[in-house]
Amino acid sequence: MIAILAKDLRTELRTLQSLPAMALFAVTTFVIFRFGLDRTALSGSLAAGVLWVTLLFAAILGINRLFVAEREEGGFDAIRLAPIDRTAVFAAKATALLVYLLALELVAVPVFAIFFLDSAAALPPLALALLLADIGLAATGTLISSMAVNSRARDLLTPLVLLPLAVPLSIAATGAIEPLLGVGGPAYDRFGTWLAVLGLYDLIFLLVGYAVFDFLLED
Amino acid sequence: MYGKGLKPLSIATVAALALSLSLVFFYAPLDADQGFVQKIFYLHVPLAIVALLGFVAGGVFAIAHLRSGDSKWDAYSYVSIHMSVIFGVAVLITGAIWAKASWGHWWVWDEPTLVSFLIVFLMYATYYPFRYAIEDRDRQARYASVFAITAGAFVPLNFMAVRMAESLVHPRTFATAEGGLPAEMMLTFLVSLGATGLLWTTLVKFELTAKSASGQLKRLRRALDAPPSGGSSRVAPEVS
Repeated sequence: MIAILAKDLRTELRTLQSLPAMALFAVTTFVIFRFGLDRTALSGSLAAGVLWVTLLFAAILGINRLFVAEREEGGFDAIRLAPIDRTAVFAAKATALLVYLLALELVAVPVFAIFFLDSAAALPPLALALLLADIGLAATGTLISSMAVNSRARDLLTPLVLLPLAVPLSIAATGAIEPLLGVGGPAYDRFGTWLAVLGLYDLIFLLVGYAVFDFLLED
Repeated sequence: MYGKGLKPLSIATVAALALSLSLVFFYAPLDADQGFVQKIFYLHVPLAIVALLGFVAGGVFAIAHLRSGDSKWDAYSYVSIHMSVIFGVAVLITGAIWAKASWGHWWVWDEPTLVSFLIVFLMYATYYPFRYAIEDRDRQARYASVFAITAGAFVPLNFMAVRMAESLVHPRTFATAEGGLPAEMMLTFLVSLGATGLLWTTLVKFELTAKSASGQLKRLRRALDAPPSGGSSRVAPEVS
């Protein structure tokens, strides 16, 4: 698992295929929101919505590319031949995706704060909520991406299937983020409850991914 | 071979539907609040319950398929989800009619049951493009099963999240409404629920029979080495 993860991260570092595109996409989307909403500052539900939607769509760019190298270079066959547990592939790929998402947020969230927020006080709890949301997104994203990459319409299929699947995650994530970005500094209105929902989502889809991933690599 | 018992089942379904409709119109009392419009409740709620159970059944069949590798279960799973999506369209339409009549709007965003059902419906609507985008038949069946299981885990989670997003603002209308149902209404509702369940089962059986027949036909044609007439690439799973 560590080997696959290290391979993925090294490839990404050397080729820089996904990450710069994701970050650039996020920043540009913020600019578009600035004019689309005609606001120079955001707070509350609007801020949570803009931040989460941008991160989710930027994440989809990366999720789309997650297994492309494997498919194009025949990595799937190599994995099938290797005497390893197939679920290790799931764990490695999900971790790699999680690292991408965290790197994306490392760029996108500060930019968002500079663009739209008055203070940075909300950032530490925000990071916690986003981390939990990212784990869930990494689990479902890896699952969907590994299936979509073997289909005819792969770039089309990932957002199509992933977006409805991410609705509960979005509800919980924006629910947690919204009070943090309120006008009078961060509030913790039902913050713990939403974190619990995010954790439950993570747990369920990590377990589902662990259970079914074997069947996706069979051939 | 799926055709066995189809006739008695169909007759039972027609009889149950007739019974439930006559109960709805001649036996169940008019709702004091909403009047005649409330009777759509006997159509809408059973459809919704049966559709959701059908999605769950699709997930259970998918687990059976992955465990046994028997493509029969994949066909069951496919047909269950297919039928539930069709029922889901009916649920959304009857729900919109009811909402217009009792709340004055075609769509109400702060009713968690409505919103959750829409999201679940959208989720399962992607089952078709997903399935047909995969060419290899074995792989298609396997991936579709994985989808059905993932979506099955998603249904309760989604209901919980949507309900929590609204629970502080809105009372749970459905939970309280059903607890306080008078006996005549409850009986009518249960009969309607049974009839709708029978309808679902019969339609699923019909579709499985049709699929198995066309699959057999295709195999026979292939055996005769004749070119198939008008076959599309978007064929649903074959049943042996």
